Amino acid sequence: MTMTHSETKSARISGTRLGYRFNIVGMVGLSIILCWALVAIFAPLIIPYPVGEIVDLDYFGPMSRDFWLGSDYLGRDMLSRILMGARYTVGISLAAVTIACFSGVVLGMIAAVAGGWLDTVLSRFLDALNSIPSKLFGLVVVAAVGSSIPVLILTLSVIYIPGAYRFARALAVNINAMDFITVARIRGESTLYLIRSEILPNIVGPVLADLGIRFVFIVLLLSGLSFLGLGVQPPYADWGALVRENIGGLPFGAPAVMAPSFAIASLTISVNLLIDNLPKKIRDRSE
Amino acid sequence: MNNRVLSLVLSRLLIAVITLVIVSFAVFFATTLLPGDTATILLGQAATPEAIEGLRKAMHLDEPSIFRFLRWIVGLLQGDLGTSYANEMPVADLIGGRFVNTLQLAGVTALFSVPIALTLGITAAMLRGSLYDRAVTVLTIGVISVPEFMIATSAVLIFAVYLKWLPALSFANEVTSLTDLLRIYAMPVITLTFVISAQMIRMTRAAVIETLNTPYVEMALLKGASRPRIVFRHALPNALGPIVNAVALSLSYLLGGVIIVETIFNYPGIAKLMVDAVATRDLPLIQSCAMIFCLGYLLLITTADIIAILSNPRLR
Repeated sequence: MTMTHSETKSARISGTRLGYRFNIVGMVGLSIILCWALVAIFAPLIIPYPVGEIVDLDYFGPMSRDFWLGSDYLGRDMLSRILMGARYTVGISLAAVTIACFSGVVLGMIAAVAGGWLDTVLSRFLDALNSIPSKLFGLVVVAAVGSSIPVLILTLSVIYIPGAYRFARALAVNINAMDFITVARIRGESTLYLIRSEILPNIVGPVLADLGIRFVFIVLLLSGLSFLGLGVQPPYADWGALVRENIGGLPFGAPAVMAPSFAIASLTISVNLLIDNLPKKIRDRSE
Repeated sequence: MNNRVLSLVLSRLLIAVITLVIVSFAVFFATTLLPGDTATILLGQAATPEAIEGLRKAMHLDEPSIFRFLRWIVGLLQGDLGTSYANEMPVADLIGGRFVNTLQLAGVTALFSVPIALTLGITAAMLRGSLYDRAVTVLTIGVISVPEFMIATSAVLIFAVYLKWLPALSFANEVTSLTDLLRIYAMPVITLTFVISAQMIRMTRAAVIETLNTPYVEMALLKGASRPRIVFRHALPNALGPIVNAVALSLSYLLGGVIIVETIFNYPGIAKLMVDAVATRDLPLIQSCAMIFCLGYLLLITTADIIAILSNPRLR
């Protein structure tokens, strides 16, 4: 398939500084992601209208020269709201995925190196946590402590720690069986040294790819929760919340309903494309 | 079935039971984390301290939480799900009819999605690398990486707004004829079928491809067997276990999908009940719904694992 083709090509002309070469689909994915990242950072500078201001006399207005993506249920500019929404969707998801993967990977490496009862207890407990459906977990927590941005970040990361843990542990167990680890152990190195200097450098590629996939899951879950009215609360709105508040425009086919969905889809599909087209060298060292 | 298989299955069941205990623990304590006192919330700010104290006693809120947890679990096992805070009705009565509605929705979806997904998944694996396979793969990745509500809103936009074939909302209690039934179920079922099928196609395709990569399939190829014969006589019987496993696993994605779909289409099922309960902070109702969902999820995952064990010929 295309994969092997691009691989041979990248092997031949591996002239870039990183030593990796993306194929065209991966590049497209990467540039869309970078675009959204820039939008999230510079949103207040580039929005054409203030997000809270009612600028269109019509509600659920169609796409026009003045309002590129139409207007929402109050007549606010949809493009501005989506650009600002990127901050919440990307920011919250990025924070959650960082916490989830950091804790999951650290715990996974410790479990693999330490082994024994610690490994068993940790694995059992996190497996049990994993068998609560993610949306349900979110619902229960929101019901219990209410929804605020810190709570959302923490909940989303707790939900995805078990997955990151399991992935990192499986990789680390393989590395842990290698000779250089045994040598390091005989040298009398501490567990901290082992996981930091011997295991981590060997699993960092696949772990980063896994982080990307988990980021997609978190974006989808966050949007789902916000869509149910349990995620980001007004006056702030992420992309899921934007769909929710404009759902009344669905029977009229208003662009305000579908535009935020397309924003989510463009982000998640690009991440998937990028991950799928990463050079094999980074992507899976697990198998 | 020999002893090894039996012990594997039993240990899997044991793990499921332990998991269920941990999960119920998590659900109970997550919902009792609620800031503020439940009795105060129920009676409002104007209540006298005596009234609040009385209600706390009546609801056993003054006991340590571990006793309340045990009381709750024992109640669940006896079929006593507690009383809803919001409208004073027994939770079991609230859930009863809606549970059947959700099961119907899930059942109809499974009925449609399983044959579709298996056909697409197996044929895509057979024609691996072809244009057809690429199209199916791209489509499934597309469906998997967009939120469920986007599929639902797109379905409404296409079938209800532009084509005007179907109504946008569904109410399962106003059924008078078969066509009504079809029209009411159509939209939620179409949405859920898309979500579930995408997962199932991916897993089925992976399972069949894995089997097609085995040495005995290569042997069949070298011996000159035709492609359909290789797939249907050599590969499929061995891939059956992984495929059924994939089906059970994908059906567990129904749970996530059903929450969104019932909300968006106003379907009177248990997931809609739970989302409403979260809005009113009706804890007994949330706890019971959460337990039903977790139980269903565990049941499907455990079934998938047990099928995988039973279908492994090396263990027979």
